[in-house]
Formats: sequence, structure tokens, C-alpha cells
Amino acid sequence: MSSGLRILVGVKRVVDSAVKVRVNSTQTGVETANVKHSMNPFDEIAVEEAIRLREKQKGNDKIQEIIALSCGPAKAQETLRTALAMGADRAIHVKTDEMLEPLSVAKLFSRIISEEKPNLVILGKQAIDDDSNQTGQMLAGLLNWPQATFASKVDIKDNSSLEVVREVDGGLETVTSSLPAIVTTDLRLNEPRYASLPNIMKAKKKPLKTISPADLGVDIKARLQTIKVTEPPKRQGGTVVDSVDELLNKLRNEAKVL
Amino acid sequence: MFRSTISLTTRRQLAASIARHPTALPSVSLLTRSFSATRAFRDDTDDTVAKTSLHTLTEDEQMMREMVSRFAVDVVQPKVSEMDEAEKMDPAIIKGLFDNGLMGVETPAEFSGAEASFLSAILVIEELARIDPSISVLCDVHNTLVNTVFRHYASDHLKQKYLPLLATEKLGCFCLSEAGSGSDAFALQTRAELKGDHYVINGSKMWITNSGEADIFLVFATVDPSKGYKGITCFVVERDMGVTIAKKEKKLGIRASSTCQLSFDDMRVPVENVVGEVGKGYKIAIEILNEGRIGIAAQMLGLAQGAFDTAMPYMFQRKQFGSFIGDFQAMQHQYAQIAVEIEAARLLTYNAARLKEEGKPFIKEAAMAKLYASQVAERASSKAVEWMGGVGFTRDVPAEKFYRDCKIGAIYEGTSNIQLQTIAKLLAKDYRE
Repeated sequence: MSSGLRILVGVKRVVDSAVKVRVNSTQTGVETANVKHSMNPFDEIAVEEAIRLREKQKGNDKIQEIIALSCGPAKAQETLRTALAMGADRAIHVKTDEMLEPLSVAKLFSRIISEEKPNLVILGKQAIDDDSNQTGQMLAGLLNWPQATFASKVDIKDNSSLEVVREVDGGLETVTSSLPAIVTTDLRLNEPRYASLPNIMKAKKKPLKTISPADLGVDIKARLQTIKVTEPPKRQGGTVVDSVDELLNKLRNEAKVL
Repeated sequence: MFRSTISLTTRRQLAASIARHPTALPSVSLLTRSFSATRAFRDDTDDTVAKTSLHTLTEDEQMMREMVSRFAVDVVQPKVSEMDEAEKMDPAIIKGLFDNGLMGVETPAEFSGAEASFLSAILVIEELARIDPSISVLCDVHNTLVNTVFRHYASDHLKQKYLPLLATEKLGCFCLSEAGSGSDAFALQTRAELKGDHYVINGSKMWITNSGEADIFLVFATVDPSKGYKGITCFVVERDMGVTIAKKEKKLGIRASSTCQLSFDDMRVPVENVVGEVGKGYKIAIEILNEGRIGIAAQMLGLAQGAFDTAMPYMFQRKQFGSFIGDFQAMQHQYAQIAVEIEAARLLTYNAARLKEEGKPFIKEAAMAKLYASQVAERASSKAVEWMGGVGFTRDVPAEKFYRDCKIGAIYEGTSNIQLQTIAKLLAKDYRE
């Protein structure tokens, strides 16, 4: 074994969370032209966690390398540069203009992982554009690795085990697993740092490798078909009722929920 | 290859005009060379320069802009009103500027800086001003005046000693103005007398930005009043060498930014703390303020944009006579006009910055950018208050603060009259026989 651990983080370029999204004119998706994009916020948390682990881990548990990986169009490189500016050491870009489904992304990741052999893979629990929340789980399945999703605390112990606190419906659940493993991040895991100006400049010099899905021998053909994308119905104004009886009557006969 | 935008005839006229006045004051010769020691960041080839708009940023400039914008919104914005009311800068924000590398934008990496382009510094100043012009000017003075003086003129010893401190923890300020010397900067009275291996400095300075929090002071003083401007020398002074704050000014705007009167009483400064040559301080001051103006243009540009961004959403929330106020034609024409002016100020500012980066003459363009951006800032912030009506006049929204903050733009780093003088002087040279 080498003397330290290696972490791979997934980053996705998505429409910025502050943008008011609009459905495109052909109703096949949302408008992305001339719209501000940034790194998926959950992926930012993943990058930050990798960097914090490096700052925290000492001795045999030292983090030797952090690799950022993104699958997507040419502009995904901007997102990778951001990851490099935050503190990742090198980046891999799987370049494609095709729309990628979580299964395709998981397959691309598993192929890269079999080459790079990281000890830990940290992904956002979901991307804020499609909200799929599937890639991490599918990847764990494909690799037959343990997974700890919705992480709010991550600790590495003795170079070989992982303790993760997960946010579940009933509260917090603490799990341990062996390495290698997949972790997906929840919102409260950390607060990502800003990429400082000197680090933005240094990121330019860090290596960024580009490959294609074909190079990896992965079929990224869509398994799902999007029929139509529409805006949610506009909210109708509410009404004030005078009595409980009237409320029950409305719930029963108008809303038909009782 | 050096390609100038000035026509050949004009250049000949210029050369002739300069040849005819060999003994004129230093500013006369400014057009003949560019006073920018920064290396050019773009290849001066037709392929790259001719085809890009002024909105085209490099990838790192774009990333910095986005990072600073987030920092300003997340970290600075929640404190803006509190700092303005208290007339005090929050030390945590100054620390945040240092921690994120915003205080050594152009400083070489070997001195712990970001080693980024001049335009990067301009973008940082602009983005900060959109949220708080006070934080913006703190960062502007530190970067475009103080750091730049060290980078261009200081000895290796001074660079090694001070640039890393200025990039990571210690705030700087630029001490030129005095009670009797503002626009007439070279009438300064502060004396520096050589006594062995020290200079002893006596005098006082007025309206010194950042001086309340600064640790490193660039002080302009004369070693020999009989020599006129040729006695003026620039010194690096540390606070504990004997800088005393005589008074902190209470101001109309940029109230969180400290502006103080300083006094020096037999302050001993080592000989090696002279920046550049003895008697060449006037040259440093002129040259540094020439490019510093682009920073103030950026601050005023950001201020105008910030005021605009404050008022515009309100126009589509507030209804009168059954319509959004932003849908009335009288309002539409006003905000369209202001948007055009902000865009024009932005192009002037970025163009002056790019000219400087390319090593081309930029003094006239810098003066134009500073003059115009400060005028646009005043109009935009005034309109922003009006557009928001009664709400805009209250201190609950930042429109009135932008309006107070804008006035300084016509005053510091060369008043509007001085900018017009500079522009006129350079124009006249092109046409005078």
C-alpha cells in the first residue's frame, strides 16, 4: 500500500441556485443558454470535505491526493477549475455533449475509479438541477462498495475504516464501514470555503485531463425518455374560512382530501 | 511589437511638442512612456486583442469576480448598515479580505500574493463596491496604491520585508495630502531631516484613507523645501515608529472606511525605508495616482451598479395606479438611461485597465474613466433613491447610503476638476502647433 489515502470527488456544473429557472420553448428541459452556472452546491461540500480531511488527517491516514472528476460539456472544465482552486490536486474531465443520466455517470465514474483506485469517493447527495439522488448509490452498486449517504460528519480511522454520521428522518445515524467506500454529502456536513485569489491563480497550473466516454468504453445512451417539461401550476390564492365546519366541508367536497 | 492607437502624425506632433519643452514639469512627459511596471498580460497580436469585447475575461478573472461577489454578499453585506452607523470597519471583514487573497491581487506569488492581472484588482474593487463602497476603497487603496508602490519602486529589501505582510495581515495607507496641499500635492510641508542612519520626520497629514486600521504607511515628505517638488521623498513608516492619529474624521459617506489626520513628531525612520530615490517621491506619487484612478473608477462603477441593483427589483414589486412602477414609461426611460451610463462607465474603466496591462498610454483614459464613473455613480444612486420613493429615503435600504458614498468619487485621488485638467492638457498637446 502507498503511504496515504486518495480521495476522488465528483463535481457537476449546474444552473446556479440563485437563477430563476425557466422551461425552454420546446418543453424538453430548462433554459440553459446565457444562464449563470456554478458547481452543484452538494459537490462543493464534497470538495470541501476532502480538503478538510486532508487538513485533519495525519500519519498513515494522511490524504495523499484529491482528484476532481466531472462528466459533461466543455464548460464543465470551469467547474473543475473551481474544484482545483478550492484545493483539489488534479482534475479529470469526461467530455460529452450528451445529456447524462445517473446510471451513465455512475458507469463513467466506476471506469475511472477502476483506473485511479481511490480509497474514498465523495459525491454530492444529489445535483440541484435534476434532483435525482441516484449516482452515489448506483456507483456503490456497480463497484460493490459500501456506501454512506446523506453524510453530516465523516471520519477516517486507521487508514482502513470510515465513520459517518448520516441524517435520516428520525435523527442521526452513525455507521462505520471499511474502505474503499462511497460517501454522499448532505447540506450540514460543512460550509465550503471560497477559492482564494492565489489558489485561483495556482489552479491554472494544476493538471486537467480530458477523455471521452468512448475512450472509457462506456455506453452513455439514454435509458429514459423525457416526454415533456412544464412549469409547476401557478399557486391559486387561498381563502379564509369562518368556521371549522366550513373548513371540513371544503376539504371534503372541494379539495376532496378527506 | 508595440502598436499604438495614436496616429503617426499625432505621435510626431507629440514628440515635437515634448522636444520643445524639455524642462517642463514631470507630468508633461507622461504620454511618452507608460508608467506601468506590470508585465503585459495579453499578447498584443491582432488575433487575440482585436476580436474580444471588453466583457471578455480570462477564466481566472471570471472565477475571481464570482468569488468576490459571493464573499461580498455572504460576508460583507450583513454588516454594511451596522458598520456605516457605527462609522467603524469590522476587523473580521478585513481579516476575510486577507484570508481570501484580496489584499495582494497583483503581488507576486513569491511574496504571498495572487500574482493576478491588474484587471483582476479592478474587478475585485468593483464587486466589493456593489455591496459596500467603504470596504471597496479599503481594498483599492491597499492594492492599487500601497502594494503597487512597493512592487514598482521599493528596494528588494523593502519588497521582501513588506509585500508578504501587506498580502497576508497588515493594512497599508498612502499619506500624501496635507492641510495646505490637496490638488496642489507638491506644496506639502512635512519635513524629513537626515540624522545619521535615520530620517527624522515632522509634520502632519490629512484625510488619510485606511489610517485608522493601517500598520504600514507610505509617507511623502520633503528632505529640502528649497528644492520644491524635487525634495519630495517617499518613506515606508510602521505605526510604532511614531505615527499618531490626531483626529478621526466624521464623514458624509464611506463612513466605515477610516479617514484620519496624522501627526509625526520627531519620528525616526531608517534610511533604508526610503522608497526609490531621495527626491523622486513626486514621481512615485504622480505615477501611482495615474493608475490608482482606474481603481476609483471601478469603485464608482460598482457603486452605481449596486445602487441600480437595489432599486430595480423594487420597481417590479411596488404597484401604483394598478401597475408596477417599473412599467410606467417615465420610469422605463430613466432606468434605461442609467443602464446605458453604467455600461459606458464600465467600458471606460475596463478599457483603461486593459491599456495599462498592455503597456500602452492610459493616463487620459484613466482620468476619463474616473471622472465619468464618479458622475454616473452620483446620477445612478440619486435616481435609485428617487425610484424607491419614501422607502429609498430611509436607512432601511442601502440606496441612500450609495447616494452618500458617491460624493467622494468627485474628490479623492484627483478631484473632477483635476481629471478634466489632465484630459485637457493631454488633448491640447495633440492639437497645438
